[in-house]
Amino acid sequence: MTTAAPAPPTATPARKSGASAPTPARPRRRGGLGPAALTILTWAIALLFVSPALWLVLTAFKQESDAATDPPTFFFEPTLDQFRTVFASDFLPYLGNSLVATLVSTLLVLLLGVPAAYALSIRPVKRTQDVLFFFISTKMLPVVAVVVPLYVAAARLSMLDTVWTLVILYTAMNLPIAVWMLRSFFLEVPKGIIEAAQLEGAGLPRVLWSVMLPIMAPGVAATALICMIFSWNEFFFAVNLTASQAATVPVFMVGFITSEGLFWAQLAAAATLASLPIVVIGWVAQRQLVRGLSMGAVK
Amino acid sequence: MSAATDTEPARRTRATQRAQGWALRAPLLPALIFTILVTQLPFLVTIFYSLQSWNLLRPDSQTFVGLANYLAVFTDAQFLGAALNTIVFTSACVLVAMALGIGLALLLDRKFLGRGVARTLLITPFLIIPVATALLWKTTMFDPVFGLIGFVLTPFGLGDVDWVSQYPIVAVVTALVWQWTPFMMLLVLAGLQSQGRDVIEAGQVDGAGRWQMFVGITLPHLRRYIELGVLLGSIYVVNTFDTIYMMTQGGPGTASANLPFYIYQRTFLGFDIGQSAAMGVVVVVGTIIVATLALRLIFRSFMFAQEGIS
Repeated sequence: MTTAAPAPPTATPARKSGASAPTPARPRRRGGLGPAALTILTWAIALLFVSPALWLVLTAFKQESDAATDPPTFFFEPTLDQFRTVFASDFLPYLGNSLVATLVSTLLVLLLGVPAAYALSIRPVKRTQDVLFFFISTKMLPVVAVVVPLYVAAARLSMLDTVWTLVILYTAMNLPIAVWMLRSFFLEVPKGIIEAAQLEGAGLPRVLWSVMLPIMAPGVAATALICMIFSWNEFFFAVNLTASQAATVPVFMVGFITSEGLFWAQLAAAATLASLPIVVIGWVAQRQLVRGLSMGAVK
Repeated sequence: MSAATDTEPARRTRATQRAQGWALRAPLLPALIFTILVTQLPFLVTIFYSLQSWNLLRPDSQTFVGLANYLAVFTDAQFLGAALNTIVFTSACVLVAMALGIGLALLLDRKFLGRGVARTLLITPFLIIPVATALLWKTTMFDPVFGLIGFVLTPFGLGDVDWVSQYPIVAVVTALVWQWTPFMMLLVLAGLQSQGRDVIEAGQVDGAGRWQMFVGITLPHLRRYIELGVLLGSIYVVNTFDTIYMMTQGGPGTASANLPFYIYQRTFLGFDIGQSAAMGVVVVVGTIIVATLALRLIFRSFMFAQEGIS
C-alpha cells in the first residue's frame, strides 16, 4: 500500500481489502505518548466519532417506548419490529427505483466516460486542458440554477416522475468527476502496451476492451464506486422531479420529517436499511475508494 | 495556405492528420455532447427565464421584463443572507472537516491492533445517506429533551439547549462536518501512505522532532491531497440541500437557508420562475468568479489554462 515498485495491477483485486487487522505490530521507539496509549486514544476517538451512527443502529432495534427517553436508554430488549414496519410501509418500490437509478447511471457514466478519458489521456487532443476544465466546471454550477428548465423539459416530454429522468441527470452529475478519475488511471497505463496492440492492428474498441480495461479494472471499480455513492444518496433531483412512481430511497426518508420525535425507532430502522447497501459496498471496497478519491495518485 | 506547401503528398499528409485527429477526438464526443446537452442547455434556458416575469400561480403572466429580476435579487436581503450562509457553511465545514481529517489520518497511519476495523468505522459517516444523517442529528442527537448531545452536556449546564432552533448554523455545520470528515481523512491517509518511508527515517536519523517532521516534511508532501480535498469538498458542500431541507427547512425564518435552499423555496413554494432563475444566474456568475480565483490560487502549480468557464 505504500510506495512499492509498480506492482502488477492485476494482483490488486486479489489483495485483501476491508478489515485487515494484521499482526499487532511492534511499536517503534518514540518519545511522548507510548504506543499502547496512542492505540487506546485512537480507538477512543474512533468510537466517539462514529457513536452517532452506532446510536442510530442501536435505536433501530428498540421499541418506540425505549427510543425517545430522558435519560437515553442504553439497555433494552432488542426487537425487529421496526424493520418489519418499514418493509410493510411500501419500502421496496423506493429501493427498486434507487437500484435502477444508481446502477444504470453508473453504467452509462462508464460507457461515456471511459472513451472520453481515453481520448484525453492517450495523446493530448488539442485543448485537452480546456476540455478537462470544462468538465470540472460543470460540477461548480449550482444545480438549483438548472432545475426549472429541467422540470419544464421533463414535463413537456412526459418524463416527470420517471426513473429514467433521474438516470440521465445522475449520469450528467457524475460524468465530470468520473472523466477526471478515469483519465488519471489511464495515464498510469504504460504507453508501450497500447502501441504494441495498435501495431498488431487492434482497433480502438479492442485496445480499450482487451488491453487497457484489465489493467485499469481497479481504477474503473473505484470510479464506479464513487458514482454509486453519489447517485444512491442524491436527494435534490429526486425530491423535485419525482412523485409517487419514481421516488428513491432518500425521498422515502422525507416521510419521517412530519412525525418527528414520535417514531424515532422506526426512523432509525428506515435510515439503517436505506444506507445499508452503500455502507456495505463502501466497507468492502475501501481500498478502491481511496484510490478513486485520490484521483489515482495513490496505488 | 501557400502554394508552396500545397503539393499532392503534403495535402495527403494533412488529410491523414486530420483523420487521425478526429479518430482521437471521436471517443470524447459522446461524453462532451451529453454534458453540454444536460448541463449547459438548461442553463441557457435559465438565462432566458431570468429576463421574464413569470409566476406559475398566475397563468399567462409571462412577460419580458429585462433586468428587473436582477435588480430585485440584489436588493433582496434574504438572498444576501443566504449567500452569506452558503459561505459560512462551506468554509466552516471544509476547514473543520479537513483539520479533523488530518488528525484522524495521522492516528490511523501507524500499525495498531484493529486498525482495519477502526478505519472501517471511521469512513462510515461518509457512506450514510445524507438525508438520514440529517434526520439522525436532528432527532436522536440534538433533540432538546431526548437527544444524546443534551444528555452528555447536562453536567456542563448545556443540557436543555435546543441546538437546531437556537443555533441552527452550528447544528447544520456539525452534521456536515461529521459527513465530510471521513472523505478528508481518506484523502490525507492516501497522501500519508504515498510518502516514502526513507524520507521519514532520514528525518528521524537527523533527530528532527515529531512536530518539526510534520511541518517540514509531511505537510508539504500532503499539500496536493489537501488541496484536492478542499476543492472537491467545496464543490459538493456549496450545493448542500438535503441537510438543510431535513434539519431546519432553512429556519427559523431564513436564518439557516443557504442559496440552494432559498432558491428552491422561491421556485417550488413561491412558484416565482423569473425571480428564481435570476438568482440562479447570479449564483452561477458568483461561483465562476470565486472558483476562478480559488483555482488560480490553489492550482497555480497545476496545468490549468485560464480559460473562461462556460
